[in-house]
Amino acid sequence: MGRVVMVTGVSRYLGGRFTQLLQADPDISRVIGVDVVPPKADLGDAEFVRADIRNPVIGKVIAQAEVDTVVHMAVLSTPLDAGGRATMKEINVIGTMQLLAACQKAPSVRKLVVKSSTAVYGSSPRDPAMFTEDLEPNALARSGYAKDSVEVEGYVRGFARRRPDVAVTTLRFANFVGPKVRTPLTQYFSLPVVPTVLGFDPRMQFVHERDGLEVLWRATLGDHGGTFNIAGDGVMLLSQAIRRAGRPSVPLPQPAAPWIGGVLKRLGVADFSPEQMRFLAYGRVVDTSRMRDVLGFEPRYSTREAFDDFVARQGLHGPLSADTVEAVERTVLDVVGRSPGAREVTRA
Amino acid sequence: MPDARVIPIGGGDRPSRRAADAVAAGASRAGGERARRRRSPLIDDSAGSVAPPTVQSTGDEPTGDAVEAASSASAASSASSAAAPTGATAKRSPSRRRPRSGRGAAASEPAGRQPDSTTPASGEPTTRPVGAEATPAAAAAAELPEWERKIAALLAFARRRLTGDVQVDEFGFDPELTDKVLLALVRPLYERYFRVEARGLENVPAEGGALLVANHSGTIPLDSIMTQIALLDHHPGHRHLRMLGADLVFSTPIVSELARKTGTTLACNADAERLLNRGELVGVWPEGFKGIGKPFAERYKLQRFGRGGFVSAALRAGVPIVPCSIVGAEEIYPIIGNMKTLARLLGLPYVPVTPTFPWLGPLGAIPLPSKWIIEFGEPIQTDGYGLGAADDPMLVFNLTDQVRETIQHTLYRLLMARRSIFF
Repeated sequence: MGRVVMVTGVSRYLGGRFTQLLQADPDISRVIGVDVVPPKADLGDAEFVRADIRNPVIGKVIAQAEVDTVVHMAVLSTPLDAGGRATMKEINVIGTMQLLAACQKAPSVRKLVVKSSTAVYGSSPRDPAMFTEDLEPNALARSGYAKDSVEVEGYVRGFARRRPDVAVTTLRFANFVGPKVRTPLTQYFSLPVVPTVLGFDPRMQFVHERDGLEVLWRATLGDHGGTFNIAGDGVMLLSQAIRRAGRPSVPLPQPAAPWIGGVLKRLGVADFSPEQMRFLAYGRVVDTSRMRDVLGFEPRYSTREAFDDFVARQGLHGPLSADTVEAVERTVLDVVGRSPGAREVTRA
Repeated sequence: MPDARVIPIGGGDRPSRRAADAVAAGASRAGGERARRRRSPLIDDSAGSVAPPTVQSTGDEPTGDAVEAASSASAASSASSAAAPTGATAKRSPSRRRPRSGRGAAASEPAGRQPDSTTPASGEPTTRPVGAEATPAAAAAAELPEWERKIAALLAFARRRLTGDVQVDEFGFDPELTDKVLLALVRPLYERYFRVEARGLENVPAEGGALLVANHSGTIPLDSIMTQIALLDHHPGHRHLRMLGADLVFSTPIVSELARKTGTTLACNADAERLLNRGELVGVWPEGFKGIGKPFAERYKLQRFGRGGFVSAALRAGVPIVPCSIVGAEEIYPIIGNMKTLARLLGLPYVPVTPTFPWLGPLGAIPLPSKWIIEFGEPIQTDGYGLGAADDPMLVFNLTDQVRETIQHTLYRLLMARRSIFF
C-alpha cells in the first residue's frame, strides 16, 4: 500500500501540474485532487473530488481514503480567480481552517505541505535587504493576499503545535514565472506599457514554475519540517525585468499609483492590490540558504534565467526587445563604419 | 454541497494507466529507475527541454562578440592609421589614473581632469540612451578612429542598459552604473571643487571585510559620496564602499533608487553583518541626521554615535573598524537656522536655512568651495574579544567611545593644521 496524497487547488495550473507529477511516482498509490471547480487540465489517474474545502465534507474524504499526506495549494492570490475579495478571503482563510480541522481529526495524516508566499514579509522601506525565515515583517499586511497568507501560516503553526506527530512544511515562494503560469505579476509584465512607481526601482526574485513544482515534490516526499523561502538565485531590478520583457515603462508618482491601479483593475487589465503597489515600490528579497542547506534544493533557474524563460516562452515582444535594440546598434555601427573618415582610414 | 462526488478522470482502472496521457508517459520514459526520477521528477515536455543557459546565450553573446570584433577592428585600423589620432591617444593615456580592465573606453578618462569634454559623453548613455544612438551619425564627421571605438563601447553600454543586461547584487548595487555614470557626474566636485585630499588610505584593508566609521556633516550627505570616490579611485584596491543609510533614504522617491544602485543599504544589523561577512567594505555615519543637520555653530562637535549598533555588527563579523575623519564638509552649506514647522509638515528631519538658501532660490543649492581632507585612521581590531563579545553592552559602549574619541581628536588635529577653510 503506497502513500495517499491529497492536493487542494488542483484546478489551477500549478495544482494540476503537481498532480500529474505525483502520479509518476511509484511510491504513491492514490492521488486525490480537490477543488471547487472541475479541472481544465487532464489529471490523468488522479481522482478528483469536487468539494469546497470550506465545507466539512473534506473531513469525510480524508477519513475514507486514509490520506497520509496533504498538500495545501488552494490559497488564491487574486480576487479575479475567486470572483471577489470576500470569496477569496473565505476560500483562503476559512478553507484553510476547515482543512486543518479535518487533518487534525484524521489519525492517518502524517505530513502537511503548505504553499505559502514571500508576501508574508510585506514590503516596506524599513525592510532589511534580505529576509531570513525567522525575521518578522516590519509592516504587517493589512489586506489582500499577503494578509491571507499570514493568517494561513498562523493557523498552520497552530496545527503543528496540536499535532506534533505531523511533519509540517511551509514553503514561501517568491513570485512564480514560467511558460504557462499566470499570476498578477506575469499579467503586469504583459501590459503593452508597464506602469512603475516614479523614483523607485525595487529588487525582485522569481521562481521558475518547474523549480516550484520540483521543490513541492521534494517537500511532499521528504520529511523536512519547517519553513523555507523558495526563490531563484540572484535578484533583478524591476526596470531590468521590464527591459528584458522588451516593454517601455511609464513612471507614475506614488500618490497617483493607487488610483491608476484602481483604473487598471476596473478595466480588468491587471490586478493591483495595495500590497502589489507597495511591492512595486519597495520590492522584497529573501535569503534562500535554508532551502539549500536543509532542504538540499538547488534551483535550476536563477531569477534572471527564470524571467528570460518566461519572456521567451510566453512570446513577450516589445519595441525594446533585445533583437530590435541590437539591430539598431548594428545599423549605427555600419553607418559609422561607412563614414568618410573611416573609409579614408581603411584606404590608408 | 451535501456530499462529495468522486469523479475519476482519465483511465479509472490501473492497467490503463500507461495510456493515461502523454505527459505521464514522458515522465516514465525517464528510465524507470526510481532513484533517477527522484532527482529530476519534472516532466520533460518537448518545449520544456530548453536549458536556461541556451535561452540566455542566444540573446546576448553573439552581439557582444560582434561589438568586440567591431571595436577591435577599428582599434587595429587606428593603430595602422595616420599619426595624428595615435598622438591623441598617447597624449591621453598618461592621464588615466586607473587603468582597470573593467572600464569601457567611453568613461575610462577621469572626468575630473577634463570635465568639459568627457562628462557629457559619459553622462549621455543613461540620461538619453536613444539619443546616444543618434549621435554617431552626427559625429561621423569627426573622423576619429578613436571615436569609433568609443562609439562601439558606448553603444554596447546603451544596449546593455536598454535590454536590462546588467548584473546587480542582492542589495541592488549596480557597479557599472555607479562607476561609469553616477560617480562620473560628481568626480569633478571631488577633484576640482572640493579638491579632496585623502590621507591614510593604507589604513583601509585592500581586501576583506572592514567597517569604516566617519563623522557626518554638510546638510546634504556629500561627505559619503566623496568618501566613496576616495576609496574607489585612490585606494590601491579600488574598493567599493557599501554604505548604510537611514530608512528615510529608502522611502524617498529617486533618492531610494539611486541609493540602492550606488551600493547603499538600510542601516540595520542584519544588512551590516551580511555585507561584512561577504568581505565588503562597509561605511557608516553613526551620527545620522543629528550630525548632518546640526547648526554651523556646533561644527566639528561629534554628536551621539547612535546606540553602538555598528560596533556590535563589527564584533559579530570580527572585522576591523576604521575611524575616518572628514574635514571641510561642515562648511559647504552652513546651517544658520532650521524651519522646524515646514520640516514637520514635510516629514523631514530638518529644513535648513543657510546664507544662500532659501534666499537665492536654486542658487542656494550651490555648495561653498571648501577644501576637504578625508583622513583614514588606524584600524581598531575587534577579532580578539571572543564569542559573545557583541552581547556585552559595556564592551560595545567602550569601543563606541574609543572610535568616537579617535575621530574627534583627529578632527581637532586636522583643524589646527588647516590654513584656511577654502585653501
